[in-house]
Amino acid sequence: MVEFALPANSRVQPGKVHKAAGAKRVKVFKIYRYDPDSGANPRLDSYEVDLDNCGPMVLDALLKIKNEIDSTLTFRRSCREGICGSCAMNIDGTNTLACLKPIEDIKGEAAVYPLPHMPVVKDLIPDLSLPYAQLASIKPWMQTQSPTPPDGERLQSPEEREKLDGLWECILCFCCQTSCPSYWWNGDRYLGPSVLLQAARWILDTRDEMTGERLDALEDPFKLYRCHTIMNCTKTCPKGLNPAKAIGAIKEKMIERRL
Amino acid sequence: MSLKSALGRARGLGSAKEGAGHFWAQRVSAVILVPLSLWFVVAVIGLAGADYATFKGWMSKPGNASLLLLTVLSVMYHAHLGLQVVIEDYVHCEARKLVSLIAMKLAAAFLAVFMTVSILKVAVGV
Repeated sequence: MVEFALPANSRVQPGKVHKAAGAKRVKVFKIYRYDPDSGANPRLDSYEVDLDNCGPMVLDALLKIKNEIDSTLTFRRSCREGICGSCAMNIDGTNTLACLKPIEDIKGEAAVYPLPHMPVVKDLIPDLSLPYAQLASIKPWMQTQSPTPPDGERLQSPEEREKLDGLWECILCFCCQTSCPSYWWNGDRYLGPSVLLQAARWILDTRDEMTGERLDALEDPFKLYRCHTIMNCTKTCPKGLNPAKAIGAIKEKMIERRL
Repeated sequence: MSLKSALGRARGLGSAKEGAGHFWAQRVSAVILVPLSLWFVVAVIGLAGADYATFKGWMSKPGNASLLLLTVLSVMYHAHLGLQVVIEDYVHCEARKLVSLIAMKLAAAFLAVFMTVSILKVAVGV
């Protein structure tokens, strides 16, 4: 059956408290810590951060903690402007990008956890090798049968190009993927919202000529049809995209080709 | 422990090449049940407090009996499709899943047959 409780060695214990001496505006960050080498259970460390001496976003606070308070805190980050998707994590109960989440939007203590229901490599770093492999499995590149036109360009009308709006913007942060209960329960077989949004991006691309094969590969009770329109994906997307709608578009194509 | 590659795991056993039919059947039966359920509720309210003879008279009209049959069969069909998804979602032990799926479908089929026989018995029986 589905497991609703964490295994004993994954239960989160209370952790260390790091005080900010002499700070006037203090924000407490409760951060999930896990070190696989220590053999200990994960713990929740508290860090007091002086907001008068910190940038506005949660990522700024994490960087401040790592630089000034505790260099052992481990997390992914790169662009700090919401385009690389590296700093995806669960902040204040919602999956989002730490670089796009203003600290002032969080009431009270700020809880920071890794993306849910993924194996944790260390602290805020989840193991995303399965979603990456699932992405590779849908062949996220253009596939054609006709030879490349002489000028090397495959044309698309502005209306055809518009069909890709709301799909191409996805940065593959996997916030939606790991917010989906269906993906939690059946992630080994269900492809999940972000991978299905990528699948839709190629199914709806008029230049692609393998639409039928793409639909064939998705027509499966688990790969596609574990989506029960729970809509967590759309609610959580830090880029404001709508993976549920993209999955709906795939389901529509499935019906279209049998009627 | 498995040393199978992540891509090998993700590709798994490939596509079962079905699922769209199930999805479509569930949606269509849901839409069909909207007018049928409304008709059923109105009919039940209309028959509230009626004695058996009145009810039998109502049931012996072919239109009423047919619509009632259609309602209960659609309900059982739609319910078994939905319960199948619930079992597939939450039961992960393959043996238990197989047994629950078959048991659930048998129960749904039995109820459908039982209700059909009961309706026909009242509608055309003496």
